[in-house]
Amino acid sequence: MSQTALSAHQLTSRKSRLSGDAIFAGAALVSGVFVLLLLGAIILSLFIGGWPAFHAFGLSFVTNVDWDPVQDVFGAAVSIYGTVLTSIIALVIAVPLAFGVAFYLTEVAPTWLRRPVGTAIELLAAVPSIIYGMWGFYVIVPLMSQTIQPAVIETFEGIPVLETLFAGPPFGTGLFTASLILAVMVLPFIAATMRDVFLTVPPVFKESAYGVGATTWEVMRSIVIPYTRISVVGGIMLGLGRALGETMAVTFVIGNTNRIATSLFGPGNTIASIVALEFPESPAGSLKLASLLALGFILFVISFIVLAISRVLLKPRTGG
Amino acid sequence: MNRLTSLLGAAVASLALFAGAASAQQITGAGATFPAPVYTKWGEAVKAAIGIQLNYQAIGSGGGINQITNRTVDFGATDAPMPNDRIASGNIVQVPTVIGGVVPIVNIPGVADDALKLTGELLAEIYLGKITKWNDTKIVELNRGVALPNLAIAPAYRADGSGTTFVFTSYLSAVSPEWKEKVGAATSVKWVVGNGARGNDGVAATVRQVRGGIGYVESAFATQNKLSATQLRNRAGQFVAASLDSFSAAADNGDWSANPNFAVNLIDTQGATSWPIVSATFILLPKDAKDESRTANVLKFFDWAYTNGDKIARELEYVPLPQKVKDAARATWRAQLKY
Repeated sequence: MSQTALSAHQLTSRKSRLSGDAIFAGAALVSGVFVLLLLGAIILSLFIGGWPAFHAFGLSFVTNVDWDPVQDVFGAAVSIYGTVLTSIIALVIAVPLAFGVAFYLTEVAPTWLRRPVGTAIELLAAVPSIIYGMWGFYVIVPLMSQTIQPAVIETFEGIPVLETLFAGPPFGTGLFTASLILAVMVLPFIAATMRDVFLTVPPVFKESAYGVGATTWEVMRSIVIPYTRISVVGGIMLGLGRALGETMAVTFVIGNTNRIATSLFGPGNTIASIVALEFPESPAGSLKLASLLALGFILFVISFIVLAISRVLLKPRTGG
Repeated sequence: MNRLTSLLGAAVASLALFAGAASAQQITGAGATFPAPVYTKWGEAVKAAIGIQLNYQAIGSGGGINQITNRTVDFGATDAPMPNDRIASGNIVQVPTVIGGVVPIVNIPGVADDALKLTGELLAEIYLGKITKWNDTKIVELNRGVALPNLAIAPAYRADGSGTTFVFTSYLSAVSPEWKEKVGAATSVKWVVGNGARGNDGVAATVRQVRGGIGYVESAFATQNKLSATQLRNRAGQFVAASLDSFSAAADNGDWSANPNFAVNLIDTQGATSWPIVSATFILLPKDAKDESRTANVLKFFDWAYTNGDKIARELEYVPLPQKVKDAARATWRAQLKY
């Protein structure tokens, strides 16, 4: 009697465990599919919303530098240029710094200092972007316009390429200032990722290298970086993603001008900033609103291209 | 202990306030940013006086027109008059509420407030990139006695779409055929030179930070930020300084009956003392409101503001409507709205 009861109990618990598995598997599947559907729906709605603009301007929407709300002529070239350029410059500034921070925190810094510096980096990542915008506008911009830009412009005057690259007037705002703010904003993301993955390198690898007489730099270059390469690139891409889509901070400091600037000190705009600024004054059903949605779609495409490039870059070495 | 009781007191007070707000009659509006400060102040006064609470969202004129067209708010607000065909198709009544002035501001070392004289043509040439130095002969000719430095002009403008930009570019289009042809007037335009900043405060801050800067803001921002405004030459050929008096003169000289729906043009009006960059701002009301009592409350609100709100408006550097316009607006809503 008791034995049958026991086996019945075992049976039900086994059954419930099975159904629990099924429910969990189903829930996981739903979540996965939901994300995919959501992404598809966003892309589709952006494309449909932007269709009047693509239809009216064709491919020239991407290459046209005009943005003229009075004549209803819209082109995305300037904002694409500004988005890509500021993000790239931001990475050029941020990646070496982030590498230095992560390297310092994992290999060089005394143990008691690692935690406070690491926490500071994580706190930087938590600062809302509007704060970076205000800080940029009220602190960095005056500094740039009154001290740094006049000095740089004067120094490079007369040197062929650098002269156009750093031409005035010193507004303080502009592509370079925006890149600088972006660099500060993406630095913590990249640095935190790099530090975390550097810590995953098994100590035995590093110790063997030290054992055969490698210097700290040699261990970093030949052991740590090859071991963590994929995650490091992933961290950089995370930073690039944030830089591409950053809105508020950039809007404050980029100068918001729809002209292609040859000078890094010149003003420009980015896709995110122009959408944020023009959205409130775009009547429903207007070509302007369609163009803004089309810009959103293009930003999506750029992000995809960035992802694809990073995959291609990684492939040859991870294939083995 | 003392701190605790005061904290408790504050909590109770805020709860009471909340309950009071909930029981008050609410009206919702959305749209233009330009009159938002005066609507907010009127809202406080009206709530104290007749218990109607205004919830106004300054989302921009375009947004205001969209929202009232979709009937998601009790009234919309816009700086540029809504096009007549859209007023007709949207079944909407448009009336003005208050008048304001847009003021050019400059940052030239050694040049005081209201000292620099400019004309509309010169402003247009500056914003077209044709005049690039403050000691340009055209500017110097108008300003004998003002020491103008050899300094690059750094024009700043509103980067966000705004009614202020609409008013300013309307003025430039009115006085400069070249501006009208090349750029035109809208809430955002294709600027030829300069740097964009966000909001009136952004433009004011940019001008303050950049030596040689010039910009345009609603008059209250020029005063609050202690920026140097310029004089402008009006249609009568007189140089006038921006002030409530010169804004009022423009409002009095406007031809309010020239266009339907009160779409008055106060840009570059006649009169020796008129400020040339002046504009009215409007509210939009539905003729077929689902809940007529809400429209009634909106009208009570603005009726109170017409009667009692002039002092508040002047304190914020807005000009009240002329009495005849208030009367005409009241007559219009009595005739055309059910409430």
